[in-house]
Amino acid sequence: MLQFALTRFISLSLSLIAASVVIFAVIEIIPGDPASFMLGINAQPDTIAALREQLGLNGSLLSRYVNWVSGMLVGDFGISYTYKVPVSELILARVWISLPLAVYALAISTLIAFPVGLIAAAKRGKTIDITIMGTTQLGIAIPNFWFAMILVLIFAINLRWFSAGGFPGWEEGFLLSIKSLTLPAIALALPQASILARIMRSSILDTLDQDYVRTARAKGLSQRQAIWRHALKNALIPVLTIIGMQFSFLMAGAIIIENVFFLPGLGRLIFQGITQRDLIVVESVVMLLVFAVIIVTFIVDLTYAAVDPRLRKR
Amino acid sequence: MNFFVKKVATATAILLSSTIISHAAQTDITIGMQLEPPNLDPTGGAAGAIDQVVYANIFEGLTRYQADGSIAPALAKSWNISDDGLSYTFHLHEGVKFHDGSSMDAEDVKFSLDRARAEDSTNAQKALFAGIASVDVIDATTVKITLSSPNGGFITNMAWGDAVIVAPESIGNAATNPIGTGPFVFSNWVQGDRIEISRNDNYWGNPVALDSATFKFISDPTAAFAAMMAGDLDAFPGYPAPETLPQFAADPRFTVIGGNTEGETILSTNNKDEHFSKLKVRKALAHAINRQEIIDGAMFGYGKPIGTHFAPHHPDYIDLTGNSNYDPELSKKLLSEAGYPNGFETTLKLPPPSYARRGGEIIAAQLRAVGIKAEISNLEWADWLKQVFKGKDYGLTIVSHTEPMDIGIYARPTYYFQYDNPDFQQLMTDLTAESDPSSRSAMLKKAQRIISEDYVNGYLFQLARTSVINSKIKGMWENSPTQATDLTGVSWTD
Amino acid sequence: MTHFPRTLIFGGILFSIFLLGALISFVWTPADVEILQITARFKLPSTAHWFGTDHFGRDIFSMIMVGARTSIAVAVVAVGIGIALGVPLGLWAAANHGHWLDDFIMRGNDLVFAFPSLIIAILITAVFGPSAFNAIIAIGIFNIPVFARISRGGALSIWTLDYILSARVAGKRAFRISAEHILPNIANLLIVQGTIQFSLGILAEAALSYVGLGVQPPTPSWGRMLADSQTMISIAPHLALFPGFAIILTVLGLNLMGDGLRDILDPRIRRTQR
Repeated sequence: MLQFALTRFISLSLSLIAASVVIFAVIEIIPGDPASFMLGINAQPDTIAALREQLGLNGSLLSRYVNWVSGMLVGDFGISYTYKVPVSELILARVWISLPLAVYALAISTLIAFPVGLIAAAKRGKTIDITIMGTTQLGIAIPNFWFAMILVLIFAINLRWFSAGGFPGWEEGFLLSIKSLTLPAIALALPQASILARIMRSSILDTLDQDYVRTARAKGLSQRQAIWRHALKNALIPVLTIIGMQFSFLMAGAIIIENVFFLPGLGRLIFQGITQRDLIVVESVVMLLVFAVIIVTFIVDLTYAAVDPRLRKR
Repeated sequence: MNFFVKKVATATAILLSSTIISHAAQTDITIGMQLEPPNLDPTGGAAGAIDQVVYANIFEGLTRYQADGSIAPALAKSWNISDDGLSYTFHLHEGVKFHDGSSMDAEDVKFSLDRARAEDSTNAQKALFAGIASVDVIDATTVKITLSSPNGGFITNMAWGDAVIVAPESIGNAATNPIGTGPFVFSNWVQGDRIEISRNDNYWGNPVALDSATFKFISDPTAAFAAMMAGDLDAFPGYPAPETLPQFAADPRFTVIGGNTEGETILSTNNKDEHFSKLKVRKALAHAINRQEIIDGAMFGYGKPIGTHFAPHHPDYIDLTGNSNYDPELSKKLLSEAGYPNGFETTLKLPPPSYARRGGEIIAAQLRAVGIKAEISNLEWADWLKQVFKGKDYGLTIVSHTEPMDIGIYARPTYYFQYDNPDFQQLMTDLTAESDPSSRSAMLKKAQRIISEDYVNGYLFQLARTSVINSKIKGMWENSPTQATDLTGVSWTD
Repeated sequence: MTHFPRTLIFGGILFSIFLLGALISFVWTPADVEILQITARFKLPSTAHWFGTDHFGRDIFSMIMVGARTSIAVAVVAVGIGIALGVPLGLWAAANHGHWLDDFIMRGNDLVFAFPSLIIAILITAVFGPSAFNAIIAIGIFNIPVFARISRGGALSIWTLDYILSARVAGKRAFRISAEHILPNIANLLIVQGTIQFSLGILAEAALSYVGLGVQPPTPSWGRMLADSQTMISIAPHLALFPGFAIILTVLGLNLMGDGLRDILDPRIRRTQR
């Protein structure tokens, strides 16, 4: 086990290094100079040169890469070119929107998906199952930004139940903040719930088809009992894996939804960073997201290996 | 007796009106803005969004723009100009304090101007200060500025947001904590969402009516519409979705203001391009364009057609749209004469604003009709600056030139549209040296004619600035002589 | 093969409608999508314009036909990239199972998976400029590890079979075995996965052109139609509804097809889904 953990840890470190090199290289070739962008069309060349110097854009590639990575290791992500505040401060402020939004969306999608998937599995082949499966297919097919637009049209512009977007800030009250995250969370949750419900259903059905459950059924166990006693427990593993994957997707994938609802989250920070050529923000946030995914994968791998020794050899 | 009654009546009226103000009128305001300022230091970046928050509210200069575009005294209560036009002596207001409590005096003026024109200055409008030879402190409230050559526009230059007076102790942190002398103090910035400012109770000038103001950043036009309709915002100056204005105009809760700007929106043409270097081709281009269709299609009717690079509300403006009336047949004929009976291909590189993106699609279709195939590429500002503005790697582009009185850019042969006409350059040199108003006017008119008849660029329309505001708000600027959201005169009626 | 699942038939019909529309658009559309007529804008659906007209007075029905062409072309090529590069990688990894090469390829795969795909796609188009070609690359890159993983998985189980062993003993090279025996056996897997990636590609293209990074105007694309219509949704909702429906129905059709194909082609699933 220790050896497995160690090899995995080495490959994790290698992955992180590879990721940082790739990100740095991509950012380096993005056209457009942050300094001339900030100074606009009337700026004189010597002014731009002075600003480039100030931003530390003039060092060699290698020294800038080393500075970036070594800074990150001690939690220093550098200073944002445009906001002129530490990137870590920006990230910290944004995480408190993106993270709750992801959790909220995940909660909605799980709350919908569990009962729906369960019912569909219990009523396999019946009209209700077919209806549910059809609806989930539709849910997967709807682009979330389109769904978000429709939600805004109905609930913000016409009914005025919710504001069209924006985020008041947690200090303005929990309920107010939650309310402003509701439409975006629903828009994000719909496709996720559909996927999750389908996985829920098929993993329950998988277990029900296992020989030991069939034997139990033959011995008089009812379908309902079979689902509660065996299927649900076994279905949890694939379902939890998917939830884990969806969570990292939601953290990064909310980029468009955050734009539709003008929420100042991580996704919008990256998007703004790309358009405003605030490259240091883009590098750091992308690196952070990649780091999070790699760490989560690492933990999941270790947990599986702890549970199931066979997985240690692969 | 009579006198007494009058007095009581007046007192009652004052009492009444003040009760009404304190009970009914709102004293805070939430203003929508499309772009978030990258930082709040107006002396260190070009972003118009910075001035839209801080100009006249937080920072003040020696002089300032007013709503009608005229220049008024600000921190300088008066000034004398020497007869040779070379030295300006500014007399400052007394008792002006920065928000941190330190006093503003002639030393701060000297510091601010010297800093802006220094070798390592990062001021985006460094050219404004280029003519300054020296800045001398006479006493605490008097400062003398000496120019190297006369400049009729110097007082105007000092009104720009880039020329505000800052303090050496606080300017280092101005990006995130701006400390100025204005009627509002900076209070909070939730990056990505909003900036809050509140009244400066120690303001040296007339106190403002508002207690606080919030600038909320909503880049998406739909979201802007929804937020305004839902009442989340009280005003949206420079409202980004003209297509929805009829809905606001029909709603008694809102007032739609259609003001003008200094933005000449032009189809900038690369005059060194292999095709567009020919006058006939540029003329054909001009006649291929249907301005009204662009104004209707891209701006939903808001915007005034222009035929040259000059703001129509300026007294010296002449209407030259007749030089380039919509005439596709003439355009095709001119193209044949220039050697392109079957047209040619070029590029149309568009920056993000909707006037450019939508206008570009319409222009591309109009050009296709006469045989010019313009391949559209939509660019972010950073790419546009690099490829078009600096790299001059383009055929056509659309951009609004929002600087006031900027016809002088046609005298710069290295400017991105690369127009090189020695006669025009001479005319501009003469203009700077000329001080007689009527000769200046004649020269400005001549300049407009030259560029119109040379078809340097396609002249489309003067950008309108439409604002949507709550009907109970008064005192917002209608026009946009400079980029600003001046809240000093804004108040709520009940 | 006598019995086709209903999902396959229904999905196939749905998708065929859009495919047909895309093909017909090469020779005929009800109106020219490159001619603007501002005076005829925001027209509601009528016999002259089945889906109405947009903010430039263009016929929305015609734009959806041509937009189908864009969506399908981008998605097909992106899947093609994934198959062309991912499958050989996966087979190569499987052929070297137990060797560091296998580990290296699979770790590389994991690395690509760790990147937030939409953000990277936006970055790529920001680097190389927005165009259909760059959108294809941006979407295609993320298809490579998907196909690499699935073909490696499929190939591994086949490598252990007896007849492969005998082929090895007979001296056949790993490359030939992969090409002659393994590839045909994992074709079913690839077809099913291809359909799913195809539908994801349509969604990804829509998202990219929605943020302005797909094909450039005047070529219509569904995502950009949605983006353009966004500010007008309260005055002319049909501008947003029709392209939205087009995306949904195409993706739905493909997903149903994928399900149906899996039922026929993948024996493992057939047992449980019966």
